[in-house]
Amino acid sequence: MWTVFFLLFVPLFALPLLVVLGASFATHWSSVLPSGFTTGHYEAATRGEALQALTTSLVTAVSASLVALAAGTWAALAAAALGKRYRKVLDALFVLPVAVPSVVVGLATLVAFSQPPMLLNGTRWIVIIAHAVLVTAFAYQSVSAAITRLDPAYAQAAASLGASPAYVLWRVRLPLLLPSLTAAAGLCFALSMGELSATMMLYPPDWTPLPVLIYAATDRGALFTGSALAVVLMAATLLVLLAVSRIRTRASYR
Amino acid sequence: MSTTSSGIRFDSVTVAYDGNVVLDALDLTVGPGEVMALLGPSGSGKTTALRAVAGFVRPASGRVFLGDRDVTDLPPHRRGIGMVVQQYALFPHMRVEDNVAFGLKARKVAKAEIRTRVLEALEMTGMGAYARRHPRELSGGQQQRVAIARALAIRPDVLLLDEPLSALDAQLRSGMLAELARLHRELPDVSILYVTHDQVEALTLADRIAVMDRAKLRACGTPRELYRAPADAFTASFVGGANLLPVTVGDRGVSFGDAEIEVDTGGVARGASATLCVRPHLVGLGDGPNRLTGTVGEIQWRGATHRLYVDVAGHRVMADLRELKAPPAHGESVSLHFAPEDAVLLPAGVGGG
Repeated sequence: MWTVFFLLFVPLFALPLLVVLGASFATHWSSVLPSGFTTGHYEAATRGEALQALTTSLVTAVSASLVALAAGTWAALAAAALGKRYRKVLDALFVLPVAVPSVVVGLATLVAFSQPPMLLNGTRWIVIIAHAVLVTAFAYQSVSAAITRLDPAYAQAAASLGASPAYVLWRVRLPLLLPSLTAAAGLCFALSMGELSATMMLYPPDWTPLPVLIYAATDRGALFTGSALAVVLMAATLLVLLAVSRIRTRASYR
Repeated sequence: MSTTSSGIRFDSVTVAYDGNVVLDALDLTVGPGEVMALLGPSGSGKTTALRAVAGFVRPASGRVFLGDRDVTDLPPHRRGIGMVVQQYALFPHMRVEDNVAFGLKARKVAKAEIRTRVLEALEMTGMGAYARRHPRELSGGQQQRVAIARALAIRPDVLLLDEPLSALDAQLRSGMLAELARLHRELPDVSILYVTHDQVEALTLADRIAVMDRAKLRACGTPRELYRAPADAFTASFVGGANLLPVTVGDRGVSFGDAEIEVDTGGVARGASATLCVRPHLVGLGDGPNRLTGTVGEIQWRGATHRLYVDVAGHRVMADLRELKAPPAHGESVSLHFAPEDAVLLPAGVGGG
């Protein structure tokens, strides 16, 4: 069991990441593995343009996740209240951004918001909107799964005690859904942090997220700088996910 | 009369899911302060009836009244009922005191008032010492007490109990049964609708029992009426065990196989076939009036009693006898008897079991 796990896990998942980690500290790469040691790439990767890009990515991911979480949760709650047939329609609608290639979503967003009165092309908002559209599907799916699992007896007990539907939602259903909501937020954040293809079509010069910078660096042959940037992206994402998971453990009651 | 503010009335309530009738034209009145048990097997419509009162299912036709108020079109939170369900449904993210205060907060009761009423409800159910705990830190019986306290804190006129004891083990169950009886003595004005499949719970607690089967009300009466003089075979077998013997009505009694049995034939016509109902614990061993002879098919020792299954004229007759010093052997021929007044003649064809 463990042997199979390691045989699959190490070459497929761990090695590439370790090579990137190694490359980010290297000065040259002539044999199988990168060699030499320097922290110089990190100096470049944590200041100026790179730092700006990291902030851009974080702000974009946080905003897009919050929008996606609000929209996805709202839609999932609405779907749960609707009949079976309408729920199927909503489910299908929210799968669309996942099913359609993200390049297409990027292009669609570009076309949709390039004409007045919705002229957002060239602003940061178009990037955030595209990310939100892409990750809302995941928020919707994980929240709707959690709603289906939630025992209706809680909401019914609350209603029988005289609580209006809004009060039940606020005091009973959302608190009980909180672990799933934070999990969904974490997922959305991670996806948005790594989004490249739709972003490429939309980003204005003053709003360059980190993945775009990594792509640009490797594209012009600066592989080590790109690796350092990738490690920074990975570390930042993991740190935020860790923080989110701390909230989740405090909010789980059973 | 001022008593019309409480009580429950079903006026020909029919409930259907996707064209499937699960409750068929139920007419039933629960008086103010009365405990009514809805007794029946699963799928008999008893829980649906309770949910129609709570407002979680909408009747396809008919009206539901609480007191003189027609609540058929009211959403659950406007009905002012207390409800306790089998799996407790305590809010896991709130402490016991917040669970009990929930209904009062939702109704915007003043803070000081909430505190006294939460304490009162917790004291009444013996859970005063657990106010600061979370539900997950309580045992099943304690959680059920909190659920009852939560329902009572809003001081409802009507309390709905949906199989409240079936998640508890046997010993706890009899303890909680006594608790519920005590609570009802302390709150004599609260009408209680108690859904259960357990005849002991129904016989112990209820002022009246409504027996349900296959979406229909089969019988309704005091526990004594239903037990001593059931109206049909289904009621007889569901409320306590019963021997149901196919008999033919004669002049002064009935005949079962070769045996002539003396019994009050009531208004049943001579020559008609009917069902004779005799409770197992009223059947005696040995000679006596209304003697039946047969062979012992099975014998079970239950500690305080022996249960004999005796094959008489192709039918199994059960007899619960006080522990026998010398129980008959398997296959032995024995005589059974019962007093004429302990048997009830049911018109045949009704129910069918």
